[in-house]
Amino acid sequence: MSTVIMTNSADTLATRFSNALPAGIDEATLRVIDEESEWLAVTRGTVEPVHSSFDSGAMVTVWANGGTGIAATSDLSESGLRAALAEAKRWAEATASRAIAVAPPGLAHSGSYTSPLEQSWDAMGLSERIDLLREVEDQLNIGDRIVDRRASLGRRTVRSVLLSSQGGEIEQTFHFVYPMLAATAAANGDAQTRTYGRGSFCGQGGIEVLDRFGFRDAAPRIAAEAIELLDAPNCPTDTMEILVAPDQMILQIHESIGHPLELDRILGDERNFAGTSFVTADMFGSFQYGSELLNVTFDPTVEGQLASYAFDDDGTPATRQHLIQDGLLLRPLGSASSQVRAGIEGVANSRACAWNRPPIDRMANLNVEAGESSLDELIGGIEHGVFLHTNNSWSIDDSRNKFQFSCELGQVIRNGELAEKVRNPSYRGISRNFWRNLSGVGDQSTFAVMGTPNCGKGELNQVIGTGHAAPVCKFSDIEVFGADQ
Amino acid sequence: MIDQQYFDGLITTATATLSGEETLLAGAHTEDTDFARFNNAHVRQAGSITQTTVDLDLIEGRRHTQATVQLSGGVDDDHDRIASVLGRLREQRAFVPDDPHLIVNTEPVSTHHVGENQLPDRDDTLAAIADGADDRDLVGIYTAGSVASAFASSLGQRNWFETSTFNFDWTFYLRADKAVKSSYAGFDWDQAAFDRKLVDASVKLGALARQPIDLPRGEYAAYLTPAALDEVIGLLSWNSFGARAQKTSQSALLHLLTGQGELAPSIRISEDTANGVAPNFQEQGFMRPDEVVLIEHGKPVDALVSPRSAVEFDLTPNGAASDESPQSLAIAGGDIDADDAIAELGTGLYIGNLWYSNFSDQPACRVTGMTRFATFWVEGGEIVAPVNVLRFDDSIYNMLGSQLKGLTSEPEFVFDNSTYGQRSNGSSRLPGALLEAMRFTL
Repeated sequence: MSTVIMTNSADTLATRFSNALPAGIDEATLRVIDEESEWLAVTRGTVEPVHSSFDSGAMVTVWANGGTGIAATSDLSESGLRAALAEAKRWAEATASRAIAVAPPGLAHSGSYTSPLEQSWDAMGLSERIDLLREVEDQLNIGDRIVDRRASLGRRTVRSVLLSSQGGEIEQTFHFVYPMLAATAAANGDAQTRTYGRGSFCGQGGIEVLDRFGFRDAAPRIAAEAIELLDAPNCPTDTMEILVAPDQMILQIHESIGHPLELDRILGDERNFAGTSFVTADMFGSFQYGSELLNVTFDPTVEGQLASYAFDDDGTPATRQHLIQDGLLLRPLGSASSQVRAGIEGVANSRACAWNRPPIDRMANLNVEAGESSLDELIGGIEHGVFLHTNNSWSIDDSRNKFQFSCELGQVIRNGELAEKVRNPSYRGISRNFWRNLSGVGDQSTFAVMGTPNCGKGELNQVIGTGHAAPVCKFSDIEVFGADQ
Repeated sequence: MIDQQYFDGLITTATATLSGEETLLAGAHTEDTDFARFNNAHVRQAGSITQTTVDLDLIEGRRHTQATVQLSGGVDDDHDRIASVLGRLREQRAFVPDDPHLIVNTEPVSTHHVGENQLPDRDDTLAAIADGADDRDLVGIYTAGSVASAFASSLGQRNWFETSTFNFDWTFYLRADKAVKSSYAGFDWDQAAFDRKLVDASVKLGALARQPIDLPRGEYAAYLTPAALDEVIGLLSWNSFGARAQKTSQSALLHLLTGQGELAPSIRISEDTANGVAPNFQEQGFMRPDEVVLIEHGKPVDALVSPRSAVEFDLTPNGAASDESPQSLAIAGGDIDADDAIAELGTGLYIGNLWYSNFSDQPACRVTGMTRFATFWVEGGEIVAPVNVLRFDDSIYNMLGSQLKGLTSEPEFVFDNSTYGQRSNGSSRLPGALLEAMRFTL
């Protein structure tokens, strides 16, 4: 395939950046993003138009006179960078007198990262990719009650170059793959949808990502379950135990651990939009976030997970850290600048979704570590409960306390055995109480590595991918209900 | 950002390279944006963004492929980028089948709108915000600048819609989660109007200083301000009004369509392009009528029909974008004077904002979400105390149906403040809603 936007080497960018730097600044950084993507979909038997995207641009940040200014431009020529740097310097000077002081990063080190890649996207030709989608989409078509069906496949290749006037140079290349299947069955004024992990079975890598969760074979089961749910009873309403599958655990982790631990929320940056947090700075090191079975890591080193990287977008080296250990809250999701503001040690999680948005504190890979119980042991220990699969609705208050989540499919557990499937399972609770009711953690055989491709946060608004991995987990005394409650 | 002449030049040049059987459709978004983000009345992040993306759809017969490309602003470079994209699209087209849902606007209508740029000086605005905050804990974001949407095709159609707007979306915080949210948006900065919003927020902030109360679960009468109603209607807008969602039983208004659910006869909802700030053409060059009535007298009327849905479901396209979501949604007002809303409420909840709504039972249009910001307990038509956050879980057929007591008479215009990828030119025009009862569950 022909090249659409010629990428500039890091050396070329460094030369232009160096030549364009204005006088009278403390430090400046240049973050260049080149991105190519391709999106394929077959919907209700029709191949939708192939859509490709080609993006390239840069954000410069200037620290000067106690202020910080930003300018984003798609003009990567030396004159374009010079104009952007001058604009950023003007912003730094104009806002310095009323700025939240952020020290320059002092970025002087170098490094690189590339996603693991077993089988490149292009190893499978376009017609072959389309044929695969047609085949699996056709497998969703199992009867008249299936009223909508869709198979899609996306890939993004993102190259990031971060340069500093202090000599730092970080180059990272990411390969992402996003497979998805969905079938909706409808009858008698009801509709039920089953999906392939609701988009969570994505990750870094190539075509091999499709095989991690059986994309080629999943369609018949997904369609059959959508129809089965139409005829299934509503989820019972009661206080009971729940067993949570990894493709619902990721949402539970994301909303009730990830967001409340973001240090910029705790510092108040997000109060006008995404919200604040019930967690306060004095809780780290002393607050019992969950039961002693709860171990949560920030782990950007997991191979192939959606948000793995070697450096964050400030250039901070990324390492695995326990945020919660044996239930005790240890450290926040706070990047270098937030750590200075709060006086708390954090992690390397300064991330931006694109060249035209500034980095903010983000989840990356946020994982619940595996425990020691087999799935049979977890099920066998439940007298009255429900096994919850695949998130389909989420809502939580702005302090990340009162939540209500719904799943695509539930399966009743009665006297230690799986029983009938139920539709519209939902549960609600309060974050701190919920995690303290964690009463069982699955072993490695129940563990799955996934991601959430669309996490919204920030002003300016940003959507970014976050990684989550979890085993099957059991929670006690949970308020569960169905669609009629 | 680029101007219309620049964009037209790119597409005219590209058109000259097409083979005799090819058709080219091109949309564009371009913007210059200044932004300043505030926390505790101090600047957290501030800067400028310049960006231009072009969406290309290259058609031959019934086969076509699409791409989006970022322009650099350098004319030679941008011509090269467009040419390279067309080359890539041709290469891909060899591998794709006919698209049975392809439709091209064969009645091109060219339009041109460039709104006057009356934006204030950014330093003056930042100073006004700092003065307005005084010593209060202000958090929020200011964005301003010019934004244009465009369309051009090899068939000769040319559309350009450019506006210059500002949007200051902000909150005064008293403590923890006790806060008052407001916004000030428009085309030219009126300091007196901004001052009135500051005073209004300050009055509510004073009421928040009272001891908050926890309400037990249950049903309470409620008044939803236009901002609170906007959160619920925003959720519906994702997938309820589009033809594709309705034809595949995935619309949240499924029960309204099947007759299993009813809205109050006073409910009238429309896509009101004539009174919005979005362009009157969609991304494939189809024109938007001034108004598409979606619900009238509580009954469904039309859906938003994109060109693809029109072919697939044998309908007439009505200017909807491919996502079939409203851009300029309006709900007609009722007969309650907004100044009398709290008195009409009598005893119940005044809800300034709702937050994080989602479906708890989508086919039944049951919605859950949280109260947020200025929410008060009212007795005898007077504010008594702020209320700690509550979760609601209720059906639209209750909230805008059997439990709807009335709507305020003058719907408020709300600029969409979202900036995902680019600054939005969406808006809504909504009244407040007085409910006999609303269900709270946590």
